[in-house]
Amino acid sequence: MAEPIETTEDQEAGAPRVAGGSWQGYLTGMVFAIILTLASFWVAGTDLVWGPGVPILLAVLAIAQMGVHLVFFLHISSAPDSLNNILALAFGVFVVALVVFGSMIIMANLNANMMSMPELMNMQR
Amino acid sequence: MSASSSTHSEVREIPVSERGPAPRNVVVSFGFWLFLLSDIVIFAALFAAFAVLSHETAGGPSGNDLFDRNRVLLETAILLASSFTCGLMSLAVEQRKLIPAAAWGAVTFLLGATFVGMELFEFHGMIESGARPDRSAFLSAFFTLVGTHGLHVSAGLFWLLVMFAQIATLGFRPMVLRRLRCFSLFWHALDIVWIGVFTIVYLGAH
Repeated sequence: MAEPIETTEDQEAGAPRVAGGSWQGYLTGMVFAIILTLASFWVAGTDLVWGPGVPILLAVLAIAQMGVHLVFFLHISSAPDSLNNILALAFGVFVVALVVFGSMIIMANLNANMMSMPELMNMQR
Repeated sequence: MSASSSTHSEVREIPVSERGPAPRNVVVSFGFWLFLLSDIVIFAALFAAFAVLSHETAGGPSGNDLFDRNRVLLETAILLASSFTCGLMSLAVEQRKLIPAAAWGAVTFLLGATFVGMELFEFHGMIESGARPDRSAFLSAFFTLVGTHGLHVSAGLFWLLVMFAQIATLGFRPMVLRRLRCFSLFWHALDIVWIGVFTIVYLGAH
C-alpha cells in the first residue's frame, strides 16, 4: 500500500496542488483576453471585413477567448488530475452544441414550412 | 517521464486500480466542475431561445436600437478585470497571505458590483423607454438570458461576502480553501458565459 489513507482527509500538505497558477499565467491570459475582446468589438464595427464573414469571425474570436479562459484562468490542462475534467468538458460542449444548433435548425425548419399568417386566418374562417 | 518529475514518479508506477481514492482537492474540483458544466447547459438553452427569437421584435425596438457598444465594452473590461483580480486573490490564498487575499477579494467584489450596477442601469433605462420584457419575444429572451447571467454574478458576490466572513472567523483551514477554489472556478466560468453574451447578444445585434 503505497498511498496512505490520509489523502482522503482534510490534508492539504501531502496532496498535490490541483489548480496551480502563477501571476504570469493570469497576466498572459489577461493579455490574450484583452486582445481577443478588442478584436471582437473592432470586427463588429468595421467595414474592412466582408459583411457575411463577420459572424464567423466573431464566433472564431469568441471560441478562442473561451479557450484562453479555460487554460489560463480555469487551469484546464492535460495533466492526469485534469483528465476527468476534460472528458466532462467534452461532454458539456457536445450537449451545448446539440441544444443550441439543434434548436436553431429545428426552429428554422418549422419557420420555413409554416403557412403565412393571413393564409392561416383564411383557413380558420 | 520518471526522471523529469521525481516527486510523482513513484505515484505514476502504481496502477490506477491500486492508487486509492483521489485527493479531496481533486474530487471537490471535479464535482464543482460538473456543476459548472450543467449550469452552462442552462445557459445554452437560454442562448438557443435567444438565437431563435432574436428577430421576433413584434414591431418593437431591435437590438441595434437599444444597445450601446461602448457600455458593453466597458462592462466586458470590468468583468475581465474582476476575473484577473480573482485569480490574484486565489494565488494569495494559496500562499496563505491574508492581506493581499483580502485586498484582491475586495477589488474583485467592487468590480463585480460595478458590473451588476451597470447592468441594472441598462435594464432600467430600457424598461423606462418601453423596451420591457413583455414588449416582444426578442426582449423576453434578452432579459431572461442577460438577467440570468446577472443573477449568477450577484450570487457570486454574495458567495464572496460569505467567504470573507469565513476567512475572518475560520481562517485558511482546508475546508475554506476548497470553497475559495470553487468560488474562483465559478467566477471564471461566469466570465466565459459573458463572452457568449457579448458576442451573440450585443455584437450580433441586428
